[in-house]
Amino acid sequence: MKSIIPSLLACSLLLAACKKEKTEPVFDEKNLAPLSVEFDNIIGGTNLYLDNTTYTNASGEDYTVSLVQYYVSNFRMYKADGTSYTVPQDDSYFLIKESGPDTRFARLKVPEGDYNRLVFILGVDSLRSTMDVDRRTGVLDPSGGMDDGMYWGWNSGYIFFKLEGLSDAAPADGSGQHKFRYHIGGFGGYNAPTINNIREISIDLTAAGEAKVRKDRSSNIHLMVDIGKVLSGQNTISIATHPSVMFSDFSVQIADNLAGMFTHDHTEN
Amino acid sequence: MKKRANALVLILSFIILMISCKKDIRGLEENIRQFLGFEKPEHFPEPAYHFDTNPVTEAGFKLGRKLFYEPRLSRNNTVSCGSCHIQSSGFTHHGHDVSHGIDDRLGRRNAPPIMNLAWHGTFNLDGGVFDLDLQPVVPITTFEEMDETLDNVLEKLRTHPEYPSMFREAFGSPEISTARLLKALSQFMVMCISSNSRYDSVMRNEAVFTAAEQAGYIVFQRKCASCHKEPLFTDVSYRNNGIGIGFNRDPGRYEVTLDESDRYKFKVPSLRNLKYTAPYMHDGRFYTLDAVLDKYAGSMTYVQNIDPLLDKGNGQYGIELSAEERVQLKAFLNTLNDEHFVRNKLLAE
Repeated sequence: MKSIIPSLLACSLLLAACKKEKTEPVFDEKNLAPLSVEFDNIIGGTNLYLDNTTYTNASGEDYTVSLVQYYVSNFRMYKADGTSYTVPQDDSYFLIKESGPDTRFARLKVPEGDYNRLVFILGVDSLRSTMDVDRRTGVLDPSGGMDDGMYWGWNSGYIFFKLEGLSDAAPADGSGQHKFRYHIGGFGGYNAPTINNIREISIDLTAAGEAKVRKDRSSNIHLMVDIGKVLSGQNTISIATHPSVMFSDFSVQIADNLAGMFTHDHTEN
Repeated sequence: MKKRANALVLILSFIILMISCKKDIRGLEENIRQFLGFEKPEHFPEPAYHFDTNPVTEAGFKLGRKLFYEPRLSRNNTVSCGSCHIQSSGFTHHGHDVSHGIDDRLGRRNAPPIMNLAWHGTFNLDGGVFDLDLQPVVPITTFEEMDETLDNVLEKLRTHPEYPSMFREAFGSPEISTARLLKALSQFMVMCISSNSRYDSVMRNEAVFTAAEQAGYIVFQRKCASCHKEPLFTDVSYRNNGIGIGFNRDPGRYEVTLDESDRYKFKVPSLRNLKYTAPYMHDGRFYTLDAVLDKYAGSMTYVQNIDPLLDKGNGQYGIELSAEERVQLKAFLNTLNDEHFVRNKLLAE
């Protein structure tokens, strides 16, 4: 009998705690709490390793990856009842770099509450792409170099997604390397319409865990980003046929693949 | 005694008058020397540049001018903007069909003039840049031009003995950022205004054309003005002027829009300052004005997207130009040379 009391107590405590969890705070746009979205780059079923690991695409071509970088922006969170919160735009641009592990989190502030859907843009929206240079600070500063820069000077606009690596399938370039380069951008054109490679990503969190955002903890939505899909998604891209894709009509096929890279793995609440 | 006092007052007031006059003259001199900022020439349209987010100030302009002539903008500190945009050549690279940049690497296009850019909404020969502030990124980072990164340029300027204080004067604090660097350069570039040619004097009713110039003006208005629109002498549009595909098959504006109907189109160049800006065309293929006129008046053949204004309707392309009209036209074009612009000390290094 004596031994039952503490376990009963523990049980009731647990129940109470569970109950607490279920009371969702009233939605208040001023009552902000931390939420992070983690972009975990993988290829197929394995983690992505730069330079030393060989992967194979759907065309049967072996390749290694030397660089992966992409912009995610314009985050919006939805609750089950349809209420939504858009993160203020100035705080809503992130550059995810495989070479910089700290950059894999988009750190946001959203009202306390339970969210079952996450929506963001892969790339930089057209409005920001045409804004005064004063408004392009932080990761949007067009000051990066050719190697790691994410900005096209000659055709004003951001490179939304960059994947580079080596493959015997790629012809030798001027430097003698068998390098492939995929630089995907294009916000639709400033005064003449052209390709639009901005992709909106909508992720249902219901199955793998909704985000319970509270002030006293930090909820983290853990996404897997399958970089293998760049070449082997809804469109099969051959490195031999297209070793270098930048601003061209063909880039749309890769942009369509990019939209399929993201899956929700779990949420840490 | 009273008389004496009166005389004293008279003398005194005369002295005061003299002093105040002197003061007035001094004030006037200061006004003349004072920096006037951006002023739209009377006969020019409203500018396209966004002065609301980047007003031209004296300190900003001077900083922009120093940066324009600053070789530290290039990887090995050898090439400045002014290297290929030479004031005495109307801010072009006189004598070069395509420009050579760092390490004597050759580009693929002719350096366009830094002139009246406040009235342009798009930049470069293909219009790929839509904000003057973003334009300097192109030459700074292009392999054949300055081959540098903006990050490196900012670092070099931050450790320079003069720049931090110049940035403070221009922008209120010594911080050197991408936006400030680019905006200072814009403040210099929008001040590169060519509006003091003989043509401009005539438009301001300060001079009259000679008979030949006047006849040429009429030829111009009938045969050239639809693309080379007054008073900028460009309509800032992109056209294929029928000179034929160049050796490097440069597709021009197509690269920016990926629209087949833009292939081989380039920005209509201004006709101002032709005396200083040879060679002509996007690849500098014509070394003389006569070579250009020969092309228009003679040997022009169909090319994809050739401008419809060049279609004579009988399967032939070009512009009808008699020998007499040609002489008159050249007399008129000569009135578009702006000696003041190419010698203006305000714009010099």
